Amino acid sequence: MSERKIRVLVGKPGLDGHDRGAKTIAAVLRDHGMEVIYTGLHQTPEMIAETALQEDVDVVGLSILSGAHMTLFPRVREELEKRGMAHVLLTGGGIISAEDMEELSKLGFSKLFGPGTPTEEIANWIQSTMEERWKNEEVSR
Amino acid sequence: MQSASEMAERLLAGDRAALARSISWAENADPRYPGLLGSIYPRVGKAWRIGITGPPGAGKSTLTNALVAHLRERGETVGILAIDPSSPFSGGALLGDRIRMEERTADPGVYIRSMASRKSHGGLARAATDACDVMDAFGFSTILMETVGVGQSEYDVVAAADTVVVVMCPGAGDGIQAMKAGILEVADVLVVNKSDLDGADRLALDLEDAVRMRDIRRPRDLAASARWAPPVVSTSATGAGDGIDALLEAVDAHRAWLEAADLEASRRHRRVDQVRRVVGERLEEELWGPRGKREQAETLLGNSKTPYDVAEEILNSVLESRTGAGPDAGDRTSTPGDASR
Amino acid sequence: MSDTETSPAPRIETVDAAEIWRRAMESARVRDAEFTSISGAERRPLYTPADLEGFDHDRDLGYPGQFPFTRGVHPTMYRGRLWTMRQFAGFGSARQTNERFKFLLEKGQTGLSTAFDFPTLMGYDSDHARSLGEVGQVGVAISSLEDMETLMDGIPMGEVSTSMTINGPAPILLAYYIACGERQGVAPEKLRGTVQNDILKEYEAQHAWLIAAEPALRMITDVMAYCAQRVPKWNTISISGYHIREAGSTAAQELAFTLANGMEYVRRGIAAGMDVDEFAPRLSFFFDAHLDFFEEISKFRAARRIWARKMRDEFGAKDPRSWMIRFHTQTAGVSLTAQQPENNIVRTAIEALAAVLGGTQSLHTNSMDETLALPTEKAAKIALRTQQVIAEETEVVHVADPLAGSYFVEAETNRLEEEAEAYFKEIDKRGGVVPSIHAGYIQREIHRSAVLYQRAVEEGRKKVVGVNTYVEDLDAKPEIELHRIDPAVEREQHERLANLRKRRDAKRAASELDDIREACRTDANLMERFVSAAHALCTLGEICDVLREEFGEFEEPNIF
Repeated sequence: MSERKIRVLVGKPGLDGHDRGAKTIAAVLRDHGMEVIYTGLHQTPEMIAETALQEDVDVVGLSILSGAHMTLFPRVREELEKRGMAHVLLTGGGIISAEDMEELSKLGFSKLFGPGTPTEEIANWIQSTMEERWKNEEVSR
Repeated sequence: MQSASEMAERLLAGDRAALARSISWAENADPRYPGLLGSIYPRVGKAWRIGITGPPGAGKSTLTNALVAHLRERGETVGILAIDPSSPFSGGALLGDRIRMEERTADPGVYIRSMASRKSHGGLARAATDACDVMDAFGFSTILMETVGVGQSEYDVVAAADTVVVVMCPGAGDGIQAMKAGILEVADVLVVNKSDLDGADRLALDLEDAVRMRDIRRPRDLAASARWAPPVVSTSATGAGDGIDALLEAVDAHRAWLEAADLEASRRHRRVDQVRRVVGERLEEELWGPRGKREQAETLLGNSKTPYDVAEEILNSVLESRTGAGPDAGDRTSTPGDASR
Repeated sequence: MSDTETSPAPRIETVDAAEIWRRAMESARVRDAEFTSISGAERRPLYTPADLEGFDHDRDLGYPGQFPFTRGVHPTMYRGRLWTMRQFAGFGSARQTNERFKFLLEKGQTGLSTAFDFPTLMGYDSDHARSLGEVGQVGVAISSLEDMETLMDGIPMGEVSTSMTINGPAPILLAYYIACGERQGVAPEKLRGTVQNDILKEYEAQHAWLIAAEPALRMITDVMAYCAQRVPKWNTISISGYHIREAGSTAAQELAFTLANGMEYVRRGIAAGMDVDEFAPRLSFFFDAHLDFFEEISKFRAARRIWARKMRDEFGAKDPRSWMIRFHTQTAGVSLTAQQPENNIVRTAIEALAAVLGGTQSLHTNSMDETLALPTEKAAKIALRTQQVIAEETEVVHVADPLAGSYFVEAETNRLEEEAEAYFKEIDKRGGVVPSIHAGYIQREIHRSAVLYQRAVEEGRKKVVGVNTYVEDLDAKPEIELHRIDPAVEREQHERLANLRKRRDAKRAASELDDIREACRTDANLMERFVSAAHALCTLGEICDVLREEFGEFEEPNIF
């Protein structure tokens, strides 16, 4: 299975158009050898979940700078579950306060990244988390 | 862990998650894929496969999107495989073709899958063909394969299609350049996109001339190709989508012609190509994978033998071990492949 | 030059001094740092007359208030009038923003500046499905004339100047403002302000668009033509580099793409049959003030010079007011850090000073907490006070363009002008701004700069205090108080809209929408229709739906 690559969906739910962070992180993940599906702007939670399903991604990363994360992040999570995609690794970033991060972590966003996080840190986290998961899969097989 | 037969069952029952996962199996050369293909193979062969290629900036994604809209209008279901290059440095890829087809995401009659070219040229064409087989078995009536570029690996990919559409536009992909690259030889339909731009008429004329004067020989079917003259269609895929109907008509005409000529032969060729790729990949893995011959080669070279001597020795050892290996030699592939020798 | 014959000695001495300095530099140890600007421009250790070869005072500088306006657009500069201190504000409901407006006016602010929420910016009503969770989050929600009336309640519209930061639906928001003025008894002729209305930079950088490019440009010329006749004191467009820069561009790219957009609007206005001098004086600009002090000052100077030359020499404008770039500046939001947010006060002060030394006409200074949430009253007040300290306590405002003649600043001004010209050529090669946008060229250039800068920061080649140097405990919570939007705002907006739809004359509203649809299919000026629809209480979403259906939506190009 040497050919397996981490497939990541980088999505921008909601209406904000600030994609500098999303596009930069997409480029960095590509440079870490991942296959990144970039959805474009102004996506609904349904569109993001459906894309995740069609692309069979391992990771869904969301970026929001509009302050709507407490509404939209849980909706993405619901839509993924509806499609049997609860297994994907969910993460995201944006202007998210510590309290909000805590609340979202209970909803399956195990790690969220605030402004100023080095992109390397995000890429390394995704890589090590996925490698861990795959190792466990191998063992359980 | 899903077994191949479970996956096949879900796929044939119309489970889109299974469709997506099956393509991942194909892409990752998962050991379960050959078994899966075996179970769904009787259902493969109903879809019409259209390959779309052309230089960057020719507007392929927009054209594909417009084509999908028209195909949906006439009641077809469509599977789309959008192929983009992987980075040669990191092996990663940025796949953004879906942006163009965003409004199709929610359409249950459409499935879009992005695929990165990854590293091996044969591997891409193999995986793309597998992905088409899976979408075909799933039940889409038309499959669109879109690749960017004009090189050998794009040719390999689109050659797995029934109808190959080559898209050009004035300025972005210079017509003469494309002819030099031999792209005309693979085309069943030629498209001049962005027909509202300056130079579009000129490009269309150049292409028509080239077709008329051509000695176009498609390697996959010499005799048949000599009789099919690729039509040149002008389109403007943005806005009203001018010329998309004409493009579909040209594709339909090619289909009718090929069905009347020898569709079976054409598809047999394609399957043989796939056998060749699978064999090639397996050999590559066998010889140079983790349990391969690298160490042996190094040792032999250390004994001051030439690379040719070493190659001979390794080849002989593989062929001998294979002929002696008995019935498990080929059972991982259920693809029919009698023509491979 | 007869002097040199009689006393050649000083010349030789100069050469020696330069040589001695060069050798000293070569043998000296310099810090292990990258000597470039934030934009990645190479910096020489010293600038001398050699860097200004061919420099011509009259041609390249002139005097303030005179062509080519390098030194400023007013003869008196800040001796005549200080810049307008215009703090951008808007959040939650129209009522809440109205209160913040009154607070800022009371604290000495001289103009209003409105931020809208994303649904409004994208032309959706607060109760649209896509507005979920976004209502009032980053600005005020305005879905109808009634919301606008609440926003301006008790504010004398004939006296204040109001800036509205909105683009795709800008003509409709302007229509609401005009209609609101009429209801307050203020004639359109009396209204002063600016609507951003710059759709090209939305496609390029900010991404709040409404419809496809060509019809969007037609709406912009409709606004220009309408205002020239009916709202003569209104600035019909604020051509904005700010968002281009915030999306990651370099200073040169900000300058080049903004001016290229400006020239495109001028071309469109002329093509629509207007005389250039009829609308060009109402064009205004909006730039970013980043941390690179000298590069920024030079950028503002270069902008004035390029625009003056283009307008006079290429577009044949006769009215000197058409030659002048008047611009608003905002300090760089991207330069602020979530870490140690108090440091942002210092960053903002440096940037504000660059804007003033660059001769800005109005200025917004960011609040220290803006990377975390919307500004609190305290943070907003400190930001405003920063401008007041520069204006009242420093002497920098006494002298026009005080850095002129600096070898570095003049060389930098020249460099930026040259780089901008090179970009103009690239854009022309691609058939102009709109084809360059459709091909993703401009977006790709910006993205590349953003990635290069990010890499420089992560590799430590560019230092950011609190982020990659002088870092403190990352997990420590910021000690500043955060401003949050009450989710009730969204609910209340839903109720207000439901109520409005029940109350209004439904037939009249429907017939106004039909009229708009009709006008879309002809060359009629859409502004007339929008003002009329505003009075009939048609909502923003209803009007924009008609536009989306008639004109089609913009398709985002894939830039990867």
